[in-house]
Amino acid sequence: MKHPETQDHTSAPAAFSGGFAGWMEQRLPIFSAFRKEYVDFPMPRNLNWLWNFGAILVVVLLLMLATGTFLAMNYTPTSAEAFFSTEAIDRQLSGGWLLRGMHVTGASLFLAALYIHLFRGLYYGSYKAPRELLWLSGLVLLVMVMGTAFAGYVLPWGQMSYWGADVMTKAVGAIPVVGSALEHVLTGGDHLGDVFLHRVFVLHFIMAFLVVGVVGLHVACVHITKSGNPLGREPKGPQDTLPFHPYYTSKDLIGLIVFAMVFSALLFFWPGLLTEPANYAPADPLHTPADIEPEWYFLPFYGLLQSVPSKFGGLLAAASAILVLFALPWLDQSPVRSARFRPACRLGLAGLVMAFILLAAVGKHHATGEWMLIGRLAGLYYFGFFLVLLPLVSRREKAQLQAASPTTSEGDA
Amino acid sequence: MSVCLPPALRPVVQRCAGVLAAGGLLWPVLTGVSAVVPEGRWSFTPPAQAESFAGAPAHAPAQDWSFRGALGHFDLAAVQRGYAVFAGVCASCHSLTQVHFSDLGGMGLTPEQVSALAASWQVVAGRDAEGRLTHRKALPDDALPAPYTGPEAARAANRGAVPPDLSRIVQVYPGGADRVYALLTGYASSASAPGAGAARAEAGFANPYAIGHRTAMPPPLRENAVVYADGTRPTAQQEARDVTTFLAWISSPHADDKRRLGVGVVLYLCFLACLLVILKRRIWSHVEK
Repeated sequence: MKHPETQDHTSAPAAFSGGFAGWMEQRLPIFSAFRKEYVDFPMPRNLNWLWNFGAILVVVLLLMLATGTFLAMNYTPTSAEAFFSTEAIDRQLSGGWLLRGMHVTGASLFLAALYIHLFRGLYYGSYKAPRELLWLSGLVLLVMVMGTAFAGYVLPWGQMSYWGADVMTKAVGAIPVVGSALEHVLTGGDHLGDVFLHRVFVLHFIMAFLVVGVVGLHVACVHITKSGNPLGREPKGPQDTLPFHPYYTSKDLIGLIVFAMVFSALLFFWPGLLTEPANYAPADPLHTPADIEPEWYFLPFYGLLQSVPSKFGGLLAAASAILVLFALPWLDQSPVRSARFRPACRLGLAGLVMAFILLAAVGKHHATGEWMLIGRLAGLYYFGFFLVLLPLVSRREKAQLQAASPTTSEGDA
Repeated sequence: MSVCLPPALRPVVQRCAGVLAAGGLLWPVLTGVSAVVPEGRWSFTPPAQAESFAGAPAHAPAQDWSFRGALGHFDLAAVQRGYAVFAGVCASCHSLTQVHFSDLGGMGLTPEQVSALAASWQVVAGRDAEGRLTHRKALPDDALPAPYTGPEAARAANRGAVPPDLSRIVQVYPGGADRVYALLTGYASSASAPGAGAARAEAGFANPYAIGHRTAMPPPLRENAVVYADGTRPTAQQEARDVTTFLAWISSPHADDKRRLGVGVVLYLCFLACLLVILKRRIWSHVEK
């Protein structure tokens, strides 16, 4: 096997011995650190296209921060002015329609890319030792991004913004004991008005930058444990890796371009696919819309919320759907990482994706009629997969592996 | 629907819950009985939806709009004619709150034409020394003035109905442009008959495309309701078509810019993608599978 790596990169500090770089190197070695982490950084050579979404997410996050900053300059967070200022961005601000279009499309596709990224981790066992912290920091990001997305959706103060916020604050109020106090803290009064909107605006803004911080942690984790790969076996040496640059920079660029094409198609040609028309009507506290529906990325959780025959139970189910993922590294004890070598797990995961999509459909149909039954079955399967199926399968696999060869090293299939 | 508890346990739970529930919150949660939704489940479809199904609006036949689809474009001549219909007919009851006169430049007007168009409208300038409202000619930076000072005035002038704002009507109204057009042209013939009487007006005008097949809006368009500057014959159908085009345009006035930019962006991305694929293949050509 040929080694495309250039060996002179390994003695990184020597490259920065003279001039400004050398001066910096002695005080703050950012150049050599950058070379170590983003140029020479060893990546498994067998990564497939699902490994592109990390880079895509970083770029979309930067896009969201850039467009969001300029939107915030033209937005007024009061219940009287919020809708008008958003319309003014769309209509009168020069290039505002593009700015807002990118931010709205970016929000939807950020969540889409995040779900794919999460599924990648699930399928290839990226949550297993030694990557538990990587997985947990990623889940913290998921929760934060969902919160940020929700807060952002409230800001235009359209009908769906208002009534979505109404559902959300009532859901918080349904938590036993502390619920009503929490609800009051959130709304800042007995109705959703200026105080609430201003709080949501500040939260949206601050959360976006906190997300950047946690992304830093997440990336630091991946640089310690190194990237996983589709086989789930750690690279045995330099023959199994490639330097990050230029191999994966060039591959990530292609992923980004394809993603940018999907992004452009939605932004320029099918803007209606991602936006809820009812949100172009200003918030009216006296008039409940015909059906309140969240953005598509919340639909599976909304389906769970509505399938459970108790308000707090529904809230608990929706929250647990994410919380259960935090326990995953300890629920799945099998030493085999990749689902490629775990037929039972693979089948179960296909079912999980089905259940997730079904729950979204249930959310879309408000769990009415037969959708209620489907929602409950899909919800049962979702939790059954993580709490019953996965522990059982992993136990059996572990036993089989030990029976086959008692000295099998961790991570080998 | 409630969480199943053995009857013997219920008083115990009730007592505990009563202690815990600071404000009586936990009990409804535990039993699934809620003040907001009677069945205690999260449900956001109001029951009215099921009831009104008999009066659901008829399906509007699809029209051939030039602005339809991913690569559509607005016929700006029709948009300008539609503006004439809006200004001459609709504006006496409906507002376009979000729209400024300068936005109308997007219909294909020069800045001078926009100024002249704005000057044909009167806006409130403030109050004089005696507290009376004064008016002045509108300037391009002004928003289009609303016909009523507020919803109460609108309700009083329209037998209890508030004419909706039309800024985003084609986007917000279920059915979009097809339904707006169908509603404008779909009045039952008896509705416009003279001497229909106050009782009929009270109940609204028959129109299969309105919710409940009744609308408070009297048939707005008739032949020669406006004079078109470009000499097009103003039949009621033509007026409806033009004003619907105008309303679709004003709902997203930058839609054409968006599509035009989109074509450029996608072409550029395709070109860049070709280059990047070549680059990636060359870099990876050293790597054995």
